Amino acid sequence: MPKHRIQLVALSPAPGDLLPLFLSRVPAGFPSPAEDYVEGRIDLNRLLIRKPAATFLVQVVGDSMEGDGIHEGDRLIVVKGKRVRAGMVVIAVLNSDLMVKRYQTRGGRAVLESSNPKYKPLEIPDGAELEIWGVVEYVIHPL
Amino acid sequence: MLFTPSNPGSIVALVDCNNFYVSCERVFNPMLEGVPTVVLSNNDGCVVARSEEAKALGIRMTVPLFKIKDLVKVHNVQALSSNYTLYGDMSARVMEILSQFTPEREQYSIDESFLNLTGLPCPDLTEYGREMRATVRACTGIPVSVGIAETKTLAKVANRLAKKSRKAGGTLNLVGSPYVEEALKRTAVEDVWGVGPQYAKLLRRHRIENALQLRDAPDAWVKQHMTIVGLRMVHELRGIPCIPLELAPPPKKGLCVSRSFGHPIETLVEMEEAVATYAARATGKVRKEKRAATSLVITLETNPFKPAEPQYFNSYLLEFPTPTQSTPEVIHMALEALRKIFRPGYKYKRAGVLFPELVPEDQVQASLFDLVDRDRSRTLMTAVDQVQKKQGRNILAFAAQGSQRWQTRFEHRTPRYTTRWDELLRVKAA
Repeated sequence: MPKHRIQLVALSPAPGDLLPLFLSRVPAGFPSPAEDYVEGRIDLNRLLIRKPAATFLVQVVGDSMEGDGIHEGDRLIVVKGKRVRAGMVVIAVLNSDLMVKRYQTRGGRAVLESSNPKYKPLEIPDGAELEIWGVVEYVIHPL
Repeated sequence: MLFTPSNPGSIVALVDCNNFYVSCERVFNPMLEGVPTVVLSNNDGCVVARSEEAKALGIRMTVPLFKIKDLVKVHNVQALSSNYTLYGDMSARVMEILSQFTPEREQYSIDESFLNLTGLPCPDLTEYGREMRATVRACTGIPVSVGIAETKTLAKVANRLAKKSRKAGGTLNLVGSPYVEEALKRTAVEDVWGVGPQYAKLLRRHRIENALQLRDAPDAWVKQHMTIVGLRMVHELRGIPCIPLELAPPPKKGLCVSRSFGHPIETLVEMEEAVATYAARATGKVRKEKRAATSLVITLETNPFKPAEPQYFNSYLLEFPTPTQSTPEVIHMALEALRKIFRPGYKYKRAGVLFPELVPEDQVQASLFDLVDRDRSRTLMTAVDQVQKKQGRNILAFAAQGSQRWQTRFEHRTPRYTTRWDELLRVKAA
């Protein structure tokens, strides 16, 4: 019956192996032609979220904004505290519901528009309080 | 470039969030606006936050839910489980925004901070306070109140009045104000920072009922009855700053993880799981603070709200042979201590692991008889911490922590809107 033996292999150099030692000092790294042009890699966090304390992610339910490339299940990068201007896509609070719509003004009235012909624009009646929860800056749509 | 500070004397603002937990919930659920809402403690036991409407119904802080069950039903009070993950993140956002207004900020609790406004070039402090309020509200949805004065204690007085007085509109500046005495008169003595119920009783016995009377009390009397700490507080009421901002929190001397159970625990096996879990969490916190534990105390309690059931309260102190940061080691000793005091036949409601004394981690001196490989243990713990940091606490646990069926209940907890990819706020495109 053959004897089974376990052979141990050392991972560190055994005494007797000598590592070459540099006798003169070498400056760290090699002189690179790119040295003066090095930039930090693209960081999506820093590029897309400029005010982290005021930035929130939300998820879309429904298809009324498909014309803007916002589909069911997509996630939106929303910023609170930004000044709202006509033409911006916003998250609006209407009758306690949170909706994603495009904010427009028509003749001094606020209107919330969809970008899907199935849905009519919502005119905000005089005196009704429209609250803008935040402005949508980016949509994250997985393909 | 030099600027001449327009406010050479000391100026402190106290900014705190109104009904913080409820306010956090309302940011993500507008249907809660105007509706009486309460947030419940771990295990949905007691009320830990109330909206103004809930306060108006007479619901008091820390009242157990079962005591107000009828009120809740009749008035359709919304009762939510605490969502600490959410509140912690919202708190960080509020504080980040406040830090834009001054470089020196002392966080006092999850929803309040003192801000040092000394020397800042803002000629109109009230306006600055309003700007803080408006910015926090716009960027996070959280309403805050701002009190500004020469000292922390006065800033607290101002803050409370800012919150209560409709005229103030959420911001009150007492610096150089002709209304300081009026403000102090309107502050009951028990509402002064540093006056607890015992001192309040004492003061009232001596006809000191409001902050103005306290301010004008003679120094010798104050020192005699309220010690030098009380005297400091009175000086602060007079506008002399005595309590500096603590910009770096002092290292905590002791550390405790103690929770009540979702359902009472009766077996040793389940109790060992619970204690092991608390021990693991507590030891993780110790490592985070770069310290080591020198001893532990295990505590066990039955439910004091059920006096008909047999009651048992006990604790056990175990000193470690060497200070340690190692979870498996602490679990082992925690279970040893537990077995000394666990008694079958009781329905335990709560257990705790407490480290009464912590030392800096570089003070860990291995004893001659130390059998533990400290380096290997440290490598293991670092790896565990890194996985937990990246993937969440529940991904990796020690075997002794068990199946976790006794974990605290959060029946009505809202989603973790800001920390979980799968729990985001839903918006309608409809």
